[in-house]
Amino acid sequence: MRRIEFPFLAFLVCIFSLTGIVSAQTRDDARARAAFLEAFKVFSHARCVNCHPAGDAPLQGEESRPHLSLRLRRGADGEGVYAIKCSNCHQTQNQPGLHMPPGAPYPLQNGSEDLLHRGEPRWHLPPAATPMVFEKRTPGQLCRQLLDKRKNGGLTPEQLVQHISHDPLVLWGWNPGEGRNAPPISHTEFVQRVGEWIEKGRACPR
Amino acid sequence: MGKIVFNLNGQSVTVDAEPDKPLLWVLREDLRLTGTKYGCGMAICGCCVVHLNGDAIRSCVTPVARAEGKTVTTIEGLARDLSHPVQRAWLEVQVPQCGYCQPGQMMSAACLLAQKANPTDTDIDDAMSGNLCRCGTYPRIRRAIHLAAEIAAGKGGLK
Repeated sequence: MRRIEFPFLAFLVCIFSLTGIVSAQTRDDARARAAFLEAFKVFSHARCVNCHPAGDAPLQGEESRPHLSLRLRRGADGEGVYAIKCSNCHQTQNQPGLHMPPGAPYPLQNGSEDLLHRGEPRWHLPPAATPMVFEKRTPGQLCRQLLDKRKNGGLTPEQLVQHISHDPLVLWGWNPGEGRNAPPISHTEFVQRVGEWIEKGRACPR
Repeated sequence: MGKIVFNLNGQSVTVDAEPDKPLLWVLREDLRLTGTKYGCGMAICGCCVVHLNGDAIRSCVTPVARAEGKTVTTIEGLARDLSHPVQRAWLEVQVPQCGYCQPGQMMSAACLLAQKANPTDTDIDDAMSGNLCRCGTYPRIRRAIHLAAEIAAGKGGLK
């Protein structure tokens, strides 16, 4: 019989732990909940909430107020409607100066540049069909929402970690431009806490 | 500096500019098309709206590099013979007072009508709230957009 090499076993363990099979040895509900509560400091921060609103329009500022005086609408794809689309003002990077439109580039795929959308801004809300509301969610509500593929954009836990690790819109939260605060924990710690929550069994706060 | 090529009002143009120079200043200073106006410089007022591949972008905050290989339409390119339904409606209703914001208003209205042939008042609010008018010509703008829709319908609609 062929011997299974250790690296292959390690690979399988990683895959299983990220795709739904959490072993009894790694499961630790208390640590999972604690890790999620740390990550929730980011999910509930204005940098995330402002583009994950409960309503049909984005918010802005540290107090998550309505976006300027514009009558903004999400639109079916989350990119705005008619003459008022997000990327009509928001570019691929922050504009210098206070109160200038922030920006982010189109997402990089696994660390490599997306040539199809090179030079295009990526600034939008979640689509209308899956609005992925963060605003006014309790930790428990948001935790369960993030695990529900019908409500999280169809992401597996592995894809969720990929998203928060590499999506330029997420990374922008820690480079928000003049006059805007970054979340209270670093991006590295945020990714670690989400990874720990998944690895320890994805238990949700009540 | 670098060469940037795009289609402007139906013609290919090449400009030698810093990639992050706002498209507004390339249009006004380098290409001498002064119909597009500078208002706030912060993407708030809508004076500087032009079309980039049909989208009503704010040229005051758009780096010219974003226009590379794309199609830009300014107020000068809407229709040189003033036959565009928006131009005809604006003249018919006599919309402008001081007129400074009107190029942006007209470009946003044209963008709306290209996507919604017969817009409701709600559609007009959704499309036009980003174009400010200190003279308060909003009621005439609304009337002109409805009229432009009727004119366009008579012509078989806008492209």
